[in-house]
Amino acid sequence: MNTFRDQFIGTWTLLKKELLRFWRVAFQTVAAPVITGILYLLIFSQVLGDRLEVYEGVNYLVFLIPGLIMMSLLQNSFSNSSSSLIQAKIMGNIVFLLLTPLSYLQLFFAFLIAAIVRGMFVGICIYVIAMFYVDLPVEHPWFVFIFAFCGGGLMGAFGMIAGIWADLPVEHPWFVFIFAFCGGGLMGAFGMIAGIWATRFDQMAAFGNFVIMPLSMLSGVFYSIHSLPPVWQKISHFNPFFYMIDGFRYGFFGQSDTSPYLSLMIVLSFFIILSFITIRMLKSGYKLRN
Amino acid sequence: MKKAIVFKNVSKNYKQLKAVDGISLTIEKGEFFGLLGPNGAGKSTLINMMAGLVKPSNGSISVMGFNVNKEYQEARHSVGIVPQELVFDPFFNVREMLRFQAGYFGKDKSNDKWVDEVIERLDLTDKASTNMRKLSGGMKRRALIAQALVHRPPVIVLDEPTAGVDVELRQKLWSFIKELNDEGHTIVLTTHYLEEAEALCNRVAMMKSGKIVALDSTKNLLKEFSLKNLKVRLQKNSIKKITTLLKETPFLQEDDWCTFKLKKVSDASSIIEKLNSLKIQILDLKLIESDLENIFLKLTSKN
Repeated sequence: MNTFRDQFIGTWTLLKKELLRFWRVAFQTVAAPVITGILYLLIFSQVLGDRLEVYEGVNYLVFLIPGLIMMSLLQNSFSNSSSSLIQAKIMGNIVFLLLTPLSYLQLFFAFLIAAIVRGMFVGICIYVIAMFYVDLPVEHPWFVFIFAFCGGGLMGAFGMIAGIWADLPVEHPWFVFIFAFCGGGLMGAFGMIAGIWATRFDQMAAFGNFVIMPLSMLSGVFYSIHSLPPVWQKISHFNPFFYMIDGFRYGFFGQSDTSPYLSLMIVLSFFIILSFITIRMLKSGYKLRN
Repeated sequence: MKKAIVFKNVSKNYKQLKAVDGISLTIEKGEFFGLLGPNGAGKSTLINMMAGLVKPSNGSISVMGFNVNKEYQEARHSVGIVPQELVFDPFFNVREMLRFQAGYFGKDKSNDKWVDEVIERLDLTDKASTNMRKLSGGMKRRALIAQALVHRPPVIVLDEPTAGVDVELRQKLWSFIKELNDEGHTIVLTTHYLEEAEALCNRVAMMKSGKIVALDSTKNLLKEFSLKNLKVRLQKNSIKKITTLLKETPFLQEDDWCTFKLKKVSDASSIIEKLNSLKIQILDLKLIESDLENIFLKLTSKN
């Protein structure tokens, strides 16, 4: 009765709805994080700009861009699945999903892919805008702002055109893609866990402010951990965000703070563990079906 | 006749509280079944267990022959549930929401015609492109009913569909639900309103404290348990008078109104005759049908 075709249509419908949900409020879900990323670029380029060279032949501004892209990607992947679930739980419309024949795996994949898509889309927008920015630095800050607003509408194809045209190198494109995908997936799964667990908006805000924000800020987005004292270098190795950003950055420069294969192994392990926990929660109906 | 819904010794415990206590009940295909009871009786818990929203502590439930836990996908295809609360997704309009809901059940674009038909039958055509947030309470209620129908389920469960709905819309919803039943859908209706159950349901179960305290055809239940009251308004000094003169006819006094419980309607005329013979002036009078609460009190005292 519930055929494979039914299941495919069911999963695709939920994915489509989740994508449309964030697109309907793109000003908040895409434009806002893109502008935040561009603001970081503006400020750091003004302050540090060409004065630092983090890796050989890589100035600070170019070093910063992949970190900012990945940080925005991670934060937005988390936001997408967590906000969708907590809103549906608090508004009560989660019932429309729970009454359907959608299995826990269908729910998992639809929410996960939507989270990855939003994260990647925000990342691509920052990438595209950053490309213009690298060539047109602080002399034209308003151009960056205006383009940040328009960036929400740019598609991946445009990103590729700009990428070819721009100066930011991509040494290992597959690393860039794999880390973007796994990072987005990992944070999408983490967002689902938070969304299922939380029962109030302030609990969700606490997740963002006390977990996601410190972990992303202390992950080496703005610096190489080699510039830190030895103790902080060691502490940084316990932050999973560090591996996601470092591996992603390796894809651009072919240089990183730690082995990209170690980073990949750690990111994949976290992705699998968080996915397993999320699937278990969805299967048991924890905080959803009682 | 094939069974539409079967509850077998179903219980739900929340720590010490027995929300549903060993209910066994069979609802036949094509029935219009009413589930009545006051708040906290366990009606919604029973419905939520059937919908898979709550897991039963004991027992089993099947819908159209499918176990709601073991064969949940088939069971959920067979049932459309209208929730009690006016919940909605604030990001979408009515048509989008209905199409998404159908899609979750594996319905593709070929089902869009049916979605539009449901929209039309529920008088939602003008509002089909309106965001759910902007609909009135009555319109949201209709959209919820439409949402339960988009995947063409044979069993439809309406959890207090007319709560907070004005009289005109209530009548429209009743006739629509009746039509669905005439088309062969099995309907389960939970309600506070006896009038609603009386007008619509073939059979009724009354619940209290997680148990069924009465289960019969609506006609039999009303016949067996219905009560009527005669309320008369008298002058205050007359009330004192009848307290001594009508010892064999007990009544309840509330301000200048006296309420006589009637075993049958003809008792009303004998009470009026008695008051006339005592030369007591009747200022006003009302014949009042028992409400659900009265019948319910009688039932619970009996049980």
